[in-house]
Formats: sequence, C-alpha cells, structure tokens
Amino acid sequence: MQGALSKYRICDFTGQLAGAGATKWLASFGAEVIRIEDPVRQGRWDILRGMEPFKDERRGIDFGGAFNNHNTDKYGITLNLRTAKAKEILTELVRQSDVVTENFAAGVLENWGFGYEALKRIRPDIVYVSNCGFGHQGPYSRFKTWGPIVQAVSGLTFTSALPGEPPAGWGHSYMDHTGGYYMAMAIMLALIHRERTGEGQWVDLACTEAALTLHGPALLDWTVNGRPMRQAVQPSSNRSQWVPMAPHGIYPCTGTDEWLAIACRSDTDWRALGDVIGEPWCADPAWATLDARLADQDRLDEAVAGWTRTRDKFEAAAALVAAGVPAAAVQRPDERVDHDPSTARWGLWPTVRHTAIGEIRVDGQPVHLSDTDWEMTRGAPCLGEHNEEILGRLLGYTPEEVARLREEGVL
Amino acid sequence: MTALTGIRVLELSNERIAFAGKLLADMGADVILVEPPGGDPARAYPPFLDDEPGPDRSLYWWHYHTSKRGIVLDLDASADRATFRKLVATADIVIESEPTRRLARLGLDHDDLRALRPQLIHVAVTPFGREDPKSDQSVTDLTLMAGGGPVWSCGYDDHSLPPVRGLGNQGYNTGCHFAVMATLTALLHRFASGTGQFIDVSMHAALNVTTEAASYAWLVNGSIVQRQTGRHAATVPTGPTQIQCADGRYVNTGVPPRNPREFERLDAWLKDLGFADDLPEAVFLEMGANWEGPFDLSKLGTDDTITAIFGAGREALKLIAARIPAYDFFIGCQRAGLPSGVIYAPEEAFEDPHFRARGFQVDVEHPELGRSFRYPGAPYRLPESPWRIARRAPRLGEHTEAILGALPK
Repeated sequence: MQGALSKYRICDFTGQLAGAGATKWLASFGAEVIRIEDPVRQGRWDILRGMEPFKDERRGIDFGGAFNNHNTDKYGITLNLRTAKAKEILTELVRQSDVVTENFAAGVLENWGFGYEALKRIRPDIVYVSNCGFGHQGPYSRFKTWGPIVQAVSGLTFTSALPGEPPAGWGHSYMDHTGGYYMAMAIMLALIHRERTGEGQWVDLACTEAALTLHGPALLDWTVNGRPMRQAVQPSSNRSQWVPMAPHGIYPCTGTDEWLAIACRSDTDWRALGDVIGEPWCADPAWATLDARLADQDRLDEAVAGWTRTRDKFEAAAALVAAGVPAAAVQRPDERVDHDPSTARWGLWPTVRHTAIGEIRVDGQPVHLSDTDWEMTRGAPCLGEHNEEILGRLLGYTPEEVARLREEGVL
Repeated sequence: MTALTGIRVLELSNERIAFAGKLLADMGADVILVEPPGGDPARAYPPFLDDEPGPDRSLYWWHYHTSKRGIVLDLDASADRATFRKLVATADIVIESEPTRRLARLGLDHDDLRALRPQLIHVAVTPFGREDPKSDQSVTDLTLMAGGGPVWSCGYDDHSLPPVRGLGNQGYNTGCHFAVMATLTALLHRFASGTGQFIDVSMHAALNVTTEAASYAWLVNGSIVQRQTGRHAATVPTGPTQIQCADGRYVNTGVPPRNPREFERLDAWLKDLGFADDLPEAVFLEMGANWEGPFDLSKLGTDDTITAIFGAGREALKLIAARIPAYDFFIGCQRAGLPSGVIYAPEEAFEDPHFRARGFQVDVEHPELGRSFRYPGAPYRLPESPWRIARRAPRLGEHTEAILGALPK
C-alpha cells in the first residue's frame, strides 16, 4: 500500500501495548514496521504474544488476541542476539532503517550492544525512540513499571475515585495506550526534524512524565495557589472538576449495572432537564441557579437518581439529548462495538487476516485522512513469519541461507 | 530550531481541541489561537490566580494555551472572514471543532481553504466525526467517556457503586492525542507530496480504541470485562492489587513475586526491616527463595506447597505495607526488584525527586504580573528539537495587531 508513511522503515523492538501501539499507528499508514523477536524465548518478552483472549479456544504463541490487536500490518522476524551473526544481521537492518524503537527497561538494548551511540555509528541520522516507565535518566530509571504503576505514580489512579472509597483508578492501562500515542508523536516529530535538518536523535520518553502532563490545571492550582488535590474528603471524580456544572454525574437506570451520565452546563440545561423530568423538585427555586446547585450536589444527585432509576439508559439519554442536555448511556463493550451506529459508520472495527488465527476484528484508528487514510489488512506476524521475506528482500539472503541460519540458532 | 518551527497553525478556539494546539505549540509551531469577540468561554473556567476570577487569571486557560499567540476574529462578519482567508494563505494547518456545517456555511470549509492554500492540512475534531449527525449534539468530557467505553471499565468491585470517570479531561485529551498524531502523519506525507489534506477525528472513536481489553475481549471471543477496585477490569475476577499503607496512603503492589529470585529479594527485604518474625508464613518465603527452577504456575491452587509459597508472597507485602509509609513501600519494593507504585496525588508526583531531577518542572514568565510560575514540563525529550513553553497563554487579542500587520498587503 502507498500510505502517508510508506517511505519509512522501523526496526521495532517494542512490545506489550505502550510500545506496540505506537508502531501499529505507523504501520496502519504504510510504514514498514519490522518486529524483532527473540527465538530462544519464543518472543515471550511480549507477554501478550501467547496470552488470552483466544479466538475459538486455540492457544499458543501465535494466538494471543491482544498481541494481534496491537501488531496489525507489521512484519515479524526472529534474531538471537546472543550470536554474532544475528548482531551482524541487525546491524545491516539498522543501516537500512529510519527508526529504531523499543520499550524495554532502561539499558536493555545497550547491554546487547545497540545503545544510541552504537546505532548512530551504524547510521548517523538514525531516530532512536525509547519508551519506559521512568525514562532512561533520573533516580528511578531502573525501576520496573507497567500501565497500572505508571498510572499510580503519576496521579491518574488517585484522581479516579468516589468519596470515602479507596482510589478506583483506571480499569485498563490508559497510560499504555497513551504512552504509545506519545511515542508515536515522538517518532514522527523526530522524523519531521530529520526531514528538515538531516539530523537524527535519541528521544527518551518516560510514560510517567507523559502522564503527569495530563493534569495541567490541577498542577497549576498547586504551584500557583498552593492547593493540593489530596484533601481530607476526596470529591467524586464523576463531578465536574473545573468547569462549573451541576448536576454532573453517573446515575443508575433499570436493569443490572446500567448507568447514565448527565452533565448540566448552565441554567438553560437545567431547565431543559426539568422539562424532560417534569417532577416538582425540578422547579424548586432553591436549585434555580448554577451556584445553588453546585453547593447542594449530594441532594441534587439523589433527586436525579430517583428519576433515572426507573428509566432505560438509552431512552433517557435520547430524551435528554433531544432537549439539548449532554447525556450518554454508559455503554458496555458489546453495545458500543456491535450496536452503535457511530462506530459502525466510522468503520472502527476492521477485519484483518491473521496467518494462524484467520479473520478477526481489531481496533481501527479514530481518524480518517482524505488522501492517505489508514488501512489494516494483515494480523500480527506469527513468530518469525517474515524471516525469509525480510532477510531476502532487504539483505539478499537466499531461502537456503535463511534455513541454515534457523538451524544454527541465529533466527 | 525545533521540529515544528515555522509551521503555522490556526486554531479556532474550542475547549475540546485546546490541548492539541498546546502539543503543537510547545514543539515550536506558530499556533495562532483565533477567538471570537468577547473571548473563549474557557477563559472563565476555574481555578484562578489567587482564586480571583478574571479573563487573564484562569489557570485552566494558562495550561491549555501555552506557547500560542492570540487574535480576535468574528467569523460571522465578512471583513473578518476575508482576514481569516488571508491568514489561511500563510498557514500550514487549521484545527477546529466547530459545528459540522458552520464552516461550509461561512465559505471556509476544507475545499474553500485548500483552494487558497493547496498544502493546507485541515483537522476537524468532532464528537462523533464530521459526517455523523450526532456530532452537533451537546457533549462534555463526562458524556464522551461514558458512551465511548472507558467508564464501563473503571470503578469498584461493588457494582452498586456507579462506575467512575477519571478526572483531567482525559476524554478531550484522547481526541487531541489522535488529532496531533494524524496531523504529524499528514505533515510527513506533505514533505513527499507537497499537498495537504482533510483530517476527520472522532472523539468517540478515539475513546473506543483506548479501552484495552474491553474492546478486544469482545472482538476476539465475545467476552465482557467487569470493573474491579483499583485494577484492570477483567472477564474473570482477579485478586486485589491495592493496599493501604501505614500513613493512610495507598500503593499498587503490582504482581506479587513469581520466581525464586523475587521471593529471595522479598525475603531479604522483610528481614532487613526486622519483620520476618511477625510473618507466620515466613518459612514458605524461604522455600520460594530456594526453589529449584521456575514454578509450575498451572499447579497454583492445587499444589499445596506452591500455593502456600505464593500466598506467603502476598502476605509479606501486606505486612510490610501496613507498617511503613507508602513512599517507603514503593522505594523498598522497587529496590528489591518488585514492580510497585505509590498512588500519588498529582502534586505529590510533581514534587517527587525523580521528576525534579529530570527537570520536569519548568518556569514560565508572566511579565505583566512580574512573576514566573512552575508549569508541568515535557511529555517527551527530543534533545535536538527541544519541547519548550515559548510564552504564557495569550491575553484576549494580544497579538492581533502583530499578526495582521505582518500579513502581505
């Protein structure tokens, strides 16, 4: 495919989601992303490779559902970097690549002899992007992390909670996704810099730092006004943090574990809400102003919940939205994937073909580019699936030579 | 120079895309924030400098508009539309989150603008996509997060409590991340092709693909994750990972020890702290430390010894946590090679020695106040192309004259 990024080749050591998510973006726009995996450990550094969910109960190193989701349209080769020959092959591959990416713990690639200085000797304008929890510099650079730990240390876990309860945190690795987004941005920024100056560079990305930038106003309230987020009683994070809105919350509906989000931004929204609900408390003069509602949110929430509790979440949301009030049902995965006209219209869940798994749907991209849109067709590579193709096409090895390298334990 | 030096961006001021403009501006782009007469309503969002409201005192505004310049244009007036067209002729990127048909009505939609400037990249960030009629309905960060997937996965083991929406405009932020990724992709393509294009960003879609297993568990085998306190929502319940420490703060304990080396380090840490005698299961920790080869994890729950060893690992962590402050637990665990994290409030993270040592805090001058303030710093470090806050957020119309004066006559 001729995509926006087709001219770029990525020598890709990433895995999990924080790294693989970044190069998935590049691959979906046509970049040639070559995953390099360790044949001795069967690529298990990326624990998702052989991990559930599995389609049709078929298990194994090539069947991980998450791995497939995060590695669409990439190539996969194996290199046993304990051998000199594999290092020679990697050196040749780096020479022909624009970018080297990894999200190992700090120092791992350097220990293999492929730190930034070594990469630069192979290719002076190489872009090297490393992504780890605390970055490659600083007192915690050797500490181990993954998504939930990044979220804990950066304040994201703390700021997701209900009053009187422990932190609820995030029920997914928001910062593995988002760390991957920042990694993709960093790779492309460094490529733009190279296009304009001819210079490469090493980008050090610390997921915890990227996460900390997501609390801007709260941090300024701290540095400017000295007001901490940690308070004697934590406010509900379902309330509006800065923008004055009330009622603003997530309310129960009919059925089991069914919920509705409502946000009233203004007196106009409040009156519109009252017109839909039509109960006496909606006209209570005590709640006529936004300031009064902001000061009395506990009682207000009880009143709103009293109405929602006997309503279907989708019907109530539709009635409120029609009246101009921001509202949305809390959607379950099945609802937003298979019964949501907006995601269907978008084409958000493309079907790819995986060599071992077969046809399977994956997360698409939430953007459309008019001239060079993304495309997803192939599933994640099986372990070493493209050894012959890549070593042949890029480095001139014959199929017989590749077979011998495999026997010798190089691939 | 930095990566985006000289790249001109016109941002039609809207709280939904403010962060995307900041990400571009802090990397050196010349971002011109176009506000309507009277200013963007977000200038009135708290918190305020010294808690006193005022159009240039909103810290919310300060954060989201660093490094930008500001101009006032009334796009409903034909004279200002003509000025906007002149500006577009000098621009590389337009980013907006307008009602889906407004720009077409004003003769300023992509085809109109690209006729003026073929290399223009036009980025439209809307709730559900430019062609989706739902995009003109009212949304907030909360309603987007609820409908788009993240809220379903976040909350508590007790499902009588509502699911939870994390703070910080993360719904808007996620849309902005994709807007910037798409913009950079189009810029790279423009180096080769010389032409711009139209980019349609759906905030709802952005959140739908930022839910990890919630989406792919359903896509792969039709299973549905259920929320759990302080840990991943899962299709099969998992054990707690959050413990309250002696100082009342919480830690995420990560995954308890799983191999002999980790049991050995935990055992050593417990002994260093002098707590070994208080752990009835201490003998199993030592057994774990002296185990030959890896554990057969499939026997967990059926083999009494392996089960006891793993139980001892969890009990040891709980015992330590109950006796020392959260920060000490975090450092001790990590020094023992066990992943763990202190659950910081944002300001505690900001003041942590690691981030201070990395220079995460940056000073930003506010000349008219005669003061500078500490701001959060770079999300990534490009040494040849450094991230930088070039200036504090613009006052209303601050750069109108300078920008219009520099336009070709």
